[in-house]
Amino acid sequence: MLQFVGRRILLAIPVLLGILIATFLLARMIPGDPCRSLLGERATEEACDRFAKNKGLDEPIPVQLGIYIADMAQGDFGRSIRFSRPVSQILIERLPLTIELSVTALVLALLIGIPLGIISAMKHNTAIDVGTMMFANVGVSMPVFWLGLLLAYFFALVLQGTPLALPPSGRLSAGLISIPFYEAWGWGVRDGSLPHSMFEFISNHYIFNSLVTGDWRLFWDAIQHMILPAAALSTIPMAIIARMTRSSLLDVLGRDYVRTARAKGATERRVVVRHALRNAMLPVVTIIGLQLGALLSGAVLTETVFGLAGAGTMLFEAITARDYPIIQAFTVVIATGYVVLNLIVDVSYGYFDPRVRLE
Amino acid sequence: MAWMRDRLDRMTKPQDPERLVERPTGLWKGAFQRLLRRKTGVVGLSIIGFMVLVALAAPVLAPYDPNKVLIGQEENIKRRDPPCVHILGCEAEKPQHVLGLDGNARDQFSRIIYGSRVSLSVGFTTVLVAFTIGASLGAIAGFWGGWLDNVIMRVMDVVLGFPALLLAIAIVAALGPGLRNTLLAIAIVSIPAYARVMRASVLSIKELDFVAASRALGASSIRILWTRVIPNSLTPLVVIATLGIATAILDAAAFGFLGLGAQEPTAEWGAMLARERNQVFSAPHLVFFPGLAIMITVLGFNLLGDGMRDALDPSLAE
Repeated sequence: MLQFVGRRILLAIPVLLGILIATFLLARMIPGDPCRSLLGERATEEACDRFAKNKGLDEPIPVQLGIYIADMAQGDFGRSIRFSRPVSQILIERLPLTIELSVTALVLALLIGIPLGIISAMKHNTAIDVGTMMFANVGVSMPVFWLGLLLAYFFALVLQGTPLALPPSGRLSAGLISIPFYEAWGWGVRDGSLPHSMFEFISNHYIFNSLVTGDWRLFWDAIQHMILPAAALSTIPMAIIARMTRSSLLDVLGRDYVRTARAKGATERRVVVRHALRNAMLPVVTIIGLQLGALLSGAVLTETVFGLAGAGTMLFEAITARDYPIIQAFTVVIATGYVVLNLIVDVSYGYFDPRVRLE
Repeated sequence: MAWMRDRLDRMTKPQDPERLVERPTGLWKGAFQRLLRRKTGVVGLSIIGFMVLVALAAPVLAPYDPNKVLIGQEENIKRRDPPCVHILGCEAEKPQHVLGLDGNARDQFSRIIYGSRVSLSVGFTTVLVAFTIGASLGAIAGFWGGWLDNVIMRVMDVVLGFPALLLAIAIVAALGPGLRNTLLAIAIVSIPAYARVMRASVLSIKELDFVAASRALGASSIRILWTRVIPNSLTPLVVIATLGIATAILDAAAFGFLGLGAQEPTAEWGAMLARERNQVFSAPHLVFFPGLAIMITVLGFNLLGDGMRDALDPSLAE
């Protein structure tokens, strides 16, 4: 197992390097002189030369690439051009929302998608099955942003005044402030120190933070704000997971060992839960890994629709404003997260199915 | 009893040798027949057929010029007017606009009809580009192997390392917004899927006996690749391509929505929806209908792709 994990990690390294190089090249492909876009159209030659020297832009490209990779590896993401603040600070503020949103959406997709798939497979070719698969087909065909707007319209306008009404935008209701757990517990961490940044990052996950500090009003408010975006974002993965669970379970239910279990007189419930489901979940685990990318991509759209200040909207704004350090850092962090998560999925696959380890 | 005599005749009389062995149905013909027997396939094909017809006949079907601002041209209208259909009880003095007017007082129905041209052509061209490049790379990697295989597939791994839409956004940012660059970006990020499947397919086909036979007969590598391996490796790619059209349309709409794709005044569904998204509470028809058009078109390709997967899977063949 250890060898298997080691091999997987080694395989991920060239991909990570490639991602670093690709973001570096992409940022340099963006047309326009970085000096003029930073210092203004009328910057003098000397000012630009000084700027280039300062930023290391007068070095040959391979040297620049080396410096860039070394900086990134040390967690130094540079300063944002637009906000003239360290990019890492912006990451701390913006990333938690996106993580919370994606995790909630993934949990929703799993909690609903897997049972739907199981029911569909058990009631193969009945009205329930056909209905679920129709839902799945429509689900994967729906534009996330459209669904988000429809949900906002329905839950915020049509249901306005009813207990089912949900807020269509923002992260918390006006007036509510999330108190970070380290302040609530009176931990004296120095501003700007590494632990402070880490605690700040963790406490910016409002749902998690309010849960550990026991601020139930804020917890409920944050959840309410999260429901609509997460619902919109979860539809496509949910539909895909339901479909995959169904076809995988149907496949397993046709195997000999399942027939043996039935022949022994096991109840249908026992056959599915104890015997078939474990093997059927393997392809589903792979699909979940692939869906993480869809979640991160969808987060850009969902955040835009629901006016959420997350990593997705930040990245999008940075791209339109040509804020290179932010573009580079956010792309690298998101892509790295994606690769690492898929690595975990791969490794867990080896855990569930020992045969995979030998391939 | 005529049928019995027929049967006896057939059993006793000498037969035309051509008819003794029934010609097997070709792969594609058989697959098409199976596709027509599946509901998903038929529904998918019908939706796509309908959309293609709408796109082709757009100038005939659309009651207005999609880009014409109607304020000052017609009486009794204002911007973002809700749908007005006379037979459904809309007052007779108001001009009929089946799906209402948009924020520039243009006829939304006509714009949606013309939008089908944009979405369908984006879907088809993107997949054509990605398919051609991806399948070629995959075929080269799988057929020749070695360092070439390694280089190609590692590059594909890097592309797959990014969440697809994010990478596409970054590419559009580098190239500049617009429909053509959107198309290119979506094509680039979907290349690895084709390359991987093609490579796997080629790897298995090239080990088969008929390829070895070809080699024994002295055929060149290129000839074997072109006439033996590639035609037999394409089947799994067809399904991916069909589903890929669905994804491409969805992604292009997302780009339109983010303002990176089709620019004004092009009637593109995603961009139409984005322009009016802040009016969703006051003029929901301007958000609802473009999105519905996207969903139906995408659904058509998804259903067709599903049906084709079943139809082309020999293990399901009767």
